[in-house]
Amino acid sequence: MITVSGARKSYGDFTALDDVSLEIPPGSLTALLGPSGSGKSTLLRAIAGLETLDSGRVAIAGVDVTGLPPQKRGIGFVFQHYAAFKHMTVRDNVAFGLTIRRRPKAQVRAKVDELLEIVGLEGFQHRYPSQLSGGQRQRMALARALAVDPEVLLLDEPFGALDAKVRADLRRWLRRLHDEVHVTTVLVTHDQEEALDVADRIAVLNKGGIEQVGNPVDLYDRPANDFVMSFLGSVARLGGLLVRPHDIELSRDRAAAVAADRSVPGSPGVIDAVVERVVRLGFEVRVELRAHTGERFAAQLTRAEADALALRPGDEVHARARQTQDVLEVDPALAI
Amino acid sequence: MKVSTPTRLTLRVVALGYLVVLLLVPVVLILWRTFEPGVGAFLDSVRTPAAISALNLSLLIVAIVVPLNVVFGVGTALALVRGRFRGRGVLQAVVDLPFAVSPIVVGVALIMLWGVGGWFGFVERSGFKVIFGLPGMVIATLFVTLPFVVREVEPVLHEIGTEQEQAAATLGASSWQTFWRITLPAIRWGLTYGVVLTVARALGEFGAVIMVSSGFPGVSQTLTLLVHSRYLDDHNTYGAYAAATLLMGLAVVTLLLMTVLDRKRSTR
Repeated sequence: MITVSGARKSYGDFTALDDVSLEIPPGSLTALLGPSGSGKSTLLRAIAGLETLDSGRVAIAGVDVTGLPPQKRGIGFVFQHYAAFKHMTVRDNVAFGLTIRRRPKAQVRAKVDELLEIVGLEGFQHRYPSQLSGGQRQRMALARALAVDPEVLLLDEPFGALDAKVRADLRRWLRRLHDEVHVTTVLVTHDQEEALDVADRIAVLNKGGIEQVGNPVDLYDRPANDFVMSFLGSVARLGGLLVRPHDIELSRDRAAAVAADRSVPGSPGVIDAVVERVVRLGFEVRVELRAHTGERFAAQLTRAEADALALRPGDEVHARARQTQDVLEVDPALAI
Repeated sequence: MKVSTPTRLTLRVVALGYLVVLLLVPVVLILWRTFEPGVGAFLDSVRTPAAISALNLSLLIVAIVVPLNVVFGVGTALALVRGRFRGRGVLQAVVDLPFAVSPIVVGVALIMLWGVGGWFGFVERSGFKVIFGLPGMVIATLFVTLPFVVREVEPVLHEIGTEQEQAAATLGASSWQTFWRITLPAIRWGLTYGVVLTVARALGEFGAVIMVSSGFPGVSQTLTLLVHSRYLDDHNTYGAYAAATLLMGLAVVTLLLMTVLDRKRSTR
């Protein structure tokens, strides 16, 4: 369990953390999600002790570690650019924390072998980091961080430097690893898909503050405000309201659309629009539209829906929201 | 750019001729003069007590200067790259000073500072010989070789950044352990290169050293001073050639070492 209370940090005029309080339950995999400059990395590095807070406290597993250096916090840290020890073999990299602690050689060997097997790098013991791919290097860095049996595992944009395919594989792998190892894990990311994919809890940060904390489904379906809604998943603006693109229904029959719209509370009404472009993205179709008011928006349809409508650029359609998001305007501090 | 064949050939001849006349001819000439009377004569000339003493003194100075430059050079490089303090820009400029100041000026300055009438004259007056003794020659050599380790290590420190060190800290390493196990191995090639340059410069230094040495053969002559005195004072031209060849031999060994290390570095 990690408890951060009243954390503040500024660099000159820039406020990185503005009175942030957060509780991370034991055994969870929590993502700190936010755009760059939101303070998510600063928060993680403050938990690790790599950054000192101007004020506020950090406790790990019930112990106040605010004044302790990173060495004494019982953490494992994984950096975006791996921070591999380039002059050491994979084995020596993973063994580093144990060698520092002067553990018996046989014990170190056994532990390293076990970890290399968990991260799928058995047989790579004698390679140097420069002989590994990015994904392999990051798995080595994970094994190295796990070797010292940390109380918490902290990952700073761990997949940020990898290409999309490797990134998707690795985050699913991380999820499975977490289910096996059960160490309290905090992951910093700016990628909402990554957060939704791996985390069981997400804290959304913006401008040095926490906007909302919750499980991924709650955050997607009941965002606390417009920022969380637009940051988690895509949004379209329909008649001045934020709507998920897959909640927009298109119809050629205006009367039917109006009739259906009556049962939707707080709906923006039926919007007349012209199709500008139809983009087929595999199983889904994105339709780009322009409302008669001049506002542009996009609707997301399944292939079957799109085929039934047989849309072409220039066609007149009538758009309505199937449902509207009930944005919870709650105090973010209470959402913990 | 397309260059016609005659132009290309002319350019090549000019460039090669320049190098040959400037670098190769003098070196070959000395080698030729040295070995003209046979290897025996060369050996006899470099085995006189004065020559052996000069070789020993040169190597002794190197042995004192290199460790000092390693310790302070790495420290200065760390301060320049990692430090956030006032006067960093001034320190940057000061480190390059030995490149700009003529060695003979350094020698004169040292006499003014450490000589009997200088600011630190009390050391000399108390009986510890700085000027016209080994300490003076070491200080003079330190001055002219100071930038090499700093300037070779600095870019490497920039390149490796601080992430590896931070990772070591999160894994429980103290700052001392981090320095020995992470930082030092990471900068070892830059450091080696700096040491090789320091050795070469320390062996070859003349201007600063001649000002602060008493110049007695067999006592306070380095190899460069021996070449100078044999040629000018003793009119022993052959002896000067032989000593010069010995000096060149040491330089060539250093250079070869550097090339081998460089190759090793680029293959890793």
